[in-house]
Amino acid sequence: MKNLKYLVLGVLFGIVLTKSEVVSWWRIQEMFRFQSFHMYGIIGSAIVVGLISIQLIKRNRLKTINGEEITLADKKYNHGTWIGGTIFGLGWALTGACPGPMFAQLGSGVAGAAVLILAALAGTWTYSALREKLPM
Amino acid sequence: MLELLRQPWPWYVAGPLIGLTVPALLLIGNKALGISSSLRHVCAACVPAGIPFLTYNWRAELWNLFFVLGIGIGGFIGYQLMGHADTIAISPETVRDLKAQMHLTDFSGLLPKELFALENLSNWKGWVFLVLGGFLVGFGTRYAGGCTSGHAISGLSNLQWVSLVAVIGFFVGGLLMTWVFYPMMF
Repeated sequence: MKNLKYLVLGVLFGIVLTKSEVVSWWRIQEMFRFQSFHMYGIIGSAIVVGLISIQLIKRNRLKTINGEEITLADKKYNHGTWIGGTIFGLGWALTGACPGPMFAQLGSGVAGAAVLILAALAGTWTYSALREKLPM
Repeated sequence: MLELLRQPWPWYVAGPLIGLTVPALLLIGNKALGISSSLRHVCAACVPAGIPFLTYNWRAELWNLFFVLGIGIGGFIGYQLMGHADTIAISPETVRDLKAQMHLTDFSGLLPKELFALENLSNWKGWVFLVLGGFLVGFGTRYAGGCTSGHAISGLSNLQWVSLVAVIGFFVGGLLMTWVFYPMMF
């Protein structure tokens, strides 16, 4: 079961998101109102730790546990980067959840999260269908 | 120790742990942290409808769905099994502003029940906060090519300027909603 390790890591990730209350609408409102350092501290320190880790992996040319090469793809820019980003931001402030927290909320027992996830799937599907007509 | 695990975790514990997910995924399987892609894979698996963007070998991305399933289980463990406070200790200023501006009175739970309880689907609030909100998240993340995990954490960790543009977009949208559209709605 080669995907089991991702399940385990997902469980740990979900526990951290939940215990640090990143999955809470209240915390996201506090962030967008600049009334607490909590979310900025989490996102900022996560980036710093990620950055150092990636540098260590690159400089030491580390391989995966199975001996594969580690490759980091560059993200490509198009106008969707900022248009889509802004659209997501509107939704983030409304729902107080990015995609990860929606799944954690559902697991924690918030019934409304099921509606959020279905609506997010509808959003992704609609984007996929309209993709060729959208500015890129 | 157990009591510590039960309390809400401070940012300087949670942030670094979230950051460590980036190298962990790279080291166990050369995977880039990203969660919103899972929504695309589910669409591709369930309703591809001949759409080119949804016609690809989603089975090769199954790891992502396992990761997301894990997040759901983690939410259950972290909230139900490890315990939680009934009311999240947000700043008094936020409580004051939400009372005054959005007329919220019940501050218990992870999300305000006055906006997100399923009963709200019988009025505009449920449709705006649950349905429109979720839709914008699903539409916007794919259009932007990532969400908070893929762009903000994973992308910025790898010094991708594209991700910086995306994250600025996330905040422009979030600030517009909080400071411009919320006051219009309430």
